[in-house]
Amino acid sequence: MSIMTYAEGIREGMSIRMRENPNVVLFGEDVGAFGGCFGVSAGMFDEFGPERVRDTPISEGAIIGCAVGAAATGLRPIAELMFCDFLTVGMDQLVNQAAKMRYMFGGKINMPMVVRMPAGAGSGAAAQHSQSLEAWCTHIPGLKVVYPSTAEDALGLMLSAIDDDNPVIFFEGKLLYGMKSEVSSKEPIPLGKGKIVREGGDVSIITYGRQVFDAAKAADLLAKDGIEAEIIDLRSLYPLDKALIEQSIAKTHKAIVLTEEVKRGGYGGEISATIAEEFFDSLDAPVARIGALNTPVPFAPVLEQYYMPNEMDVVAAAKNMF
Amino acid sequence: MEISNELMKDIYLQMRRIRDFEGTAAKLFADGEVPGFVHLYMGEEAIAPAVCACLRDDDFITSTHRGHGHIIAKGGDLNLMMAELLGRETGYCKGKGGSMHIADRDKGILGANGIVGAGHCISTGAGLSIKLRKTDQVCVCFFGDGSTNQGTFHEALNMASIWKLPIIFVCENNHYGISMSQARHQAIKDVSDRAAAYNMPGVSVDGNDPLAVYEAAFEAVARARAGKGPTLIECKTYRQHGHFEGDPATYKPKEEQAAWMEKDPLPRFAKFLEDNGVMTAKEIETVDAQVAQQIKDAIEFAKAQPIPSPESAVVDVYSDIVEEVRVR
Ligand SMILES: Cc1ncc(C[n+]2csc(CCOP(=O)(O)OP(=O)(O)O)c2C)c(N)n1
Ligand SMILES: [Mg+2]
Repeated sequence: MSIMTYAEGIREGMSIRMRENPNVVLFGEDVGAFGGCFGVSAGMFDEFGPERVRDTPISEGAIIGCAVGAAATGLRPIAELMFCDFLTVGMDQLVNQAAKMRYMFGGKINMPMVVRMPAGAGSGAAAQHSQSLEAWCTHIPGLKVVYPSTAEDALGLMLSAIDDDNPVIFFEGKLLYGMKSEVSSKEPIPLGKGKIVREGGDVSIITYGRQVFDAAKAADLLAKDGIEAEIIDLRSLYPLDKALIEQSIAKTHKAIVLTEEVKRGGYGGEISATIAEEFFDSLDAPVARIGALNTPVPFAPVLEQYYMPNEMDVVAAAKNMF
Repeated sequence: MEISNELMKDIYLQMRRIRDFEGTAAKLFADGEVPGFVHLYMGEEAIAPAVCACLRDDDFITSTHRGHGHIIAKGGDLNLMMAELLGRETGYCKGKGGSMHIADRDKGILGANGIVGAGHCISTGAGLSIKLRKTDQVCVCFFGDGSTNQGTFHEALNMASIWKLPIIFVCENNHYGISMSQARHQAIKDVSDRAAAYNMPGVSVDGNDPLAVYEAAFEAVARARAGKGPTLIECKTYRQHGHFEGDPATYKPKEEQAAWMEKDPLPRFAKFLEDNGVMTAKEIETVDAQVAQQIKDAIEFAKAQPIPSPESAVVDVYSDIVEEVRVR
């Protein structure tokens, strides 16, 4: 057992596979000697060398496209985007190439690639460096999407993401990078498996990424009022662990879906609709969906904090159900 | 090339304003008063003031993440800039943008930009608009060496060239894109070589010499105004600080940094002005003192401005729709 930061968990996951398999490579802007904009790949350049931990020019289209071509021809690339906001620049390669090739070619090609990207607001980085764009990825058939919240999950999901023969989008919570947590296992965590991080019988809070911690704060506050919240950390957005959601709601009969994305069109809507459609009979109240405001991410801290959902929003939504 | 003393004095003034504004911004950032990212133009001040000396108020510029210099040189208001850096309600962007997104439509400043390579394409639109509205405005597109590896660079220069758009592409080659030295991120030394691919003129100049920059920009602006199409100007320069404040920039060799510090455009131009009798040491001192006061005033102004109300977050997403507020 050891204590690791979230960034170290990601790094360890990548490094384990890179030690085992020479075909696993990492590339992206400043991921080499610089160690990545957030220091996630620090030290990997020294361990694996410039061929396998490769700095790219500022060319997101070519970064993702290069992963596509490399995955199609025998490598298992990990591509890093410095911020998920820059996905826009490489979107064709992800959406029309990576996600479609296997299907379009009748299942004849595998696409074992991982695209890593930090997401989320809270650092004053404003509208073009703070978005949560997971719904863009979950919307595209052919992509798997994960979003870990702890070091151990980051490590285990990274192993599975690299092992997977499909493109896996690996979202990283940028405010989580420095957060330390216990890593008791370095085994792969299967894609599509969520986990209950807190048990409770009164209301289910379904979330992922940094919001798991907001949910925990909310659960503490609710407990003071005698409401026991159960928290599900989805970890994988697609595949989605519907069984876990079903099981929890069967017990609590109430669901709050908490994500940091802009609420309109977010993946939280998909989760909520799934619950309403498939587990309606378990529900005692309408599903509550909590997200960010329907605005770009503002700069000033007071605006940004107002933009982002927080534990008080969860508490208010939960109390509304009783 | 003839350049009047007045113009040279004005270029010096702008260079000094940028240097001092940023020195202050760096301090405020270190003190935790400026949230987010701050990318300093320090070391590159010869470029924007010399280019903008060739422009009119109604000309346009597109900028980058490293935008303070462009904005100040194009006439941006120091008070409103400082207030924006501090996230105030009366700042340039009402606290919504910050250092990386300052814009001033009335001054033709189409925005600092957080997306590397975005300005290239925006400039083509400004160029087309000028052409279709049949004015003789021009648009200057400022960008870094690293951004020339984005597909947008190719797309924009090609489009500008075939449509003969009135654009001056000004590459500020500071020899790095974050930690990637130019030698590692592209196989050419002179970004201006790429102009040949678009059949437009391309020149490389000493980007730490405002007069060299002015000369190249003057010709390119005249060419664009006359409807003869775009030019690519590469200004060779160096950023003195890290990529953003807080970057220790260990990837920069010490000797390289030291050699470029010798070519620091500010003392160098001050010396030139003195040596050539354009300004006396005393006059330079006076200008420096005036600028120091302007910056002091800007901080004082900015700090006195109100913090935005949280609810203002939902305004200005659209021209006509106000989004729902959060009930908290
Ligand atoms: C599309 C996109 N990719 C990556 C980044 C991250 N980034 C910000 S500035 C920068 C380096 C830019 O280098 P250059 O164009 O030379 O400008 P300089 O910073 O040297 O002024 C990078 C990679 C970004 N902001 N946008
Ligand atoms: Mg550069």
